[in-house]
Amino acid sequence: MSVRVGHAAEAEDFPMAAKKLLQNRQLRDNLRHATDVIRGKRAKVVNELPDWEELRSAAHEVKEHVLRYLGSYLEQFEQKCKQAGGQVHWARDASEANGIIAGIIKRHGESEVIKVKTMTSDEMSLNDALQAAGITPYETDLADLIIQLGEDAPSHIVVPALHRNRSEVRQIFQEKMHLKDLGDRPEDLTAAAREYLREKFLRVKIGISGANFAIAESGSVVVVESEGNGRMCVSLPRVLITIVGIEKILPRFEDLEIFLQLLPRSATGERMNPYNSIWAGPSGTDGPQEFHVVLLDNGRTNVMADPESSETLDCIRCGACLNACPVYRQTGGHAYGSVYAGPIGAILTPQLQALEHSQSLPYASSLCGACYEVCPVKINIPDILIHLRGEIVKRGDAPLNERIAMKAVGFALSNGRRLSTAQKLARIVQRPFEHDGNLQDLPSMLAGWTTFRDLAAVPKTSFREWWAERGKGTGT
Amino acid sequence: MTNAKEEIMRRIQNATHGLLERAREYDTISRNYIQSGTRDQAQRIELFCDRLRDYGSAVYTCQSDEITSGIANLLNTRQLSCLLVPSGFPAQWLPREFEFISDHRLTNEQIGRADGVITACALAIASTGTIVLRHSEEAGRRALTLIPDYHLCLVFENQIVETVPEGIRAMSTFSLAPITTISGPSATSDIEMTRIKGVHGPRTLDVLLVGGLNV
Repeated sequence: MSVRVGHAAEAEDFPMAAKKLLQNRQLRDNLRHATDVIRGKRAKVVNELPDWEELRSAAHEVKEHVLRYLGSYLEQFEQKCKQAGGQVHWARDASEANGIIAGIIKRHGESEVIKVKTMTSDEMSLNDALQAAGITPYETDLADLIIQLGEDAPSHIVVPALHRNRSEVRQIFQEKMHLKDLGDRPEDLTAAAREYLREKFLRVKIGISGANFAIAESGSVVVVESEGNGRMCVSLPRVLITIVGIEKILPRFEDLEIFLQLLPRSATGERMNPYNSIWAGPSGTDGPQEFHVVLLDNGRTNVMADPESSETLDCIRCGACLNACPVYRQTGGHAYGSVYAGPIGAILTPQLQALEHSQSLPYASSLCGACYEVCPVKINIPDILIHLRGEIVKRGDAPLNERIAMKAVGFALSNGRRLSTAQKLARIVQRPFEHDGNLQDLPSMLAGWTTFRDLAAVPKTSFREWWAERGKGTGT
Repeated sequence: MTNAKEEIMRRIQNATHGLLERAREYDTISRNYIQSGTRDQAQRIELFCDRLRDYGSAVYTCQSDEITSGIANLLNTRQLSCLLVPSGFPAQWLPREFEFISDHRLTNEQIGRADGVITACALAIASTGTIVLRHSEEAGRRALTLIPDYHLCLVFENQIVETVPEGIRAMSTFSLAPITTISGPSATSDIEMTRIKGVHGPRTLDVLLVGGLNV
């Protein structure tokens, strides 16, 4: 099995990528605006619900219960889905899933598919795989269309093109849709997308979707969306293929009463998103005649295997932690090198890959806790970040300079005499850099500490020295 | 080589050992959130209308013996003449002066040529302004309420529940039918978080709220 999370394995380390992105003023303006708007809307509609905390707790408990019994719920889902006329496929990793999907499309002799936004398919790099197999995928979510036509990568789980402003979108559409006179009002751009995609919705015979939830009890699949492109993709084509990460299972239909309150309010700050589509299998003359579900592992069982961090799989992909994160709000999503950005991406991406790649991501956080506070399913992201940092150090994968520094600090702090020697030494070494009690302009590797802030210098007298002196003073 | 399902199941089996003690049994999951509403019918209706208007939907009202004239007034206001209805839609509700096409296996192209569609719904949820369509029943096939640019939905006052849990429980009784929930017309905020109405679904959603008994 080889887990693939987009291009995360080949991505640059977070600090390197972030440093470059931070130079982009436009990007930071776009990010600040977009995340401010969603945060404001979210706060308003979350405050409307007096039982928000109770909903969060219930959601957390349901998700933990599902993980514990995942095997039997998957069996039940498969059985119910088949009973409803669906076909169920299992995929150990991304390339197996991509192969299954390309196979179904080829069997129907088709060379085009319409897609409704699915992060899981981005995780699988499905579009690349389809194109390699001679199949053209059309993204139909407005933001995904902007990403696809702009040959760009998603930078947010819910609003993947939030790093683009209207004039950038206009430029992409003008070029790729051949619309010279296109205006730059969001209304104009949205209308252009409607026009561009309508013909594809009515013509293309195969649709691909993800799933927000899959119900074990009924074999139902739920797709949550706003634009109507989801409804188009799941109800107009003749064949529908739905990709379901194995952690998306809910035991019963009634569990939706929790998650359909938490998700829209957390994701887009709406009381309810405009459209939810729920179906189980094909349905006579209504909608697709053939329905396939691809159940995907791709590293999810790696995440499950560590009880300290398995709750990462509780995530319902609302993106609230991204909008709340002071790091994400500065760097944007591309710095994370993964389709999953922000705090959840910082814990999910490395775990899916069994900590073999993306090891810089658990460090991309100040551990302020804002992500935990807004998480609708109460994933303790800060705790998991710390846990993963520990795991990475245990594996000996921490950066060499950090390992040496930690060893040195450990040595000095383990004994009072050593500490006092170290302090004396530091007082001598710091002299050329000390100004008014602060250190400035430290050289080379240490520059990171002083470039953007003051670092307090080691004081002239340590507490121990002061204490000892004080004793003498009162004695005489 | 084992097949994919066997291998995934084996991996899950190995992984769940560590989770044995922490998780609750299904029946002991704490559900201390609000399960049902406290408003009376008049307050429920008021909340529902308020939410719909907040999304940009127009709400019209009539009594159950005025449905025909209610529909006629609305279509005149909107200047529409050719409307689709699901097969089985009560013919006695339809005003004579307009053209109505009943859905008997219409193609998507035929559906696209109509001015709009009129349906009823299975239920509505006041707190979120949500309309629940049960397909191939009173709401017709999914394409019918999706391709046209205009949707007029009849909601009977006694179909409105207050909270999402009440709504989901009602939906669970027909969970095998395709279901679409609609909360305001199609919208996107993908460009600079500016909410734009009408991307792919009907750009206009009107609700005709019918008082009196459900017929």
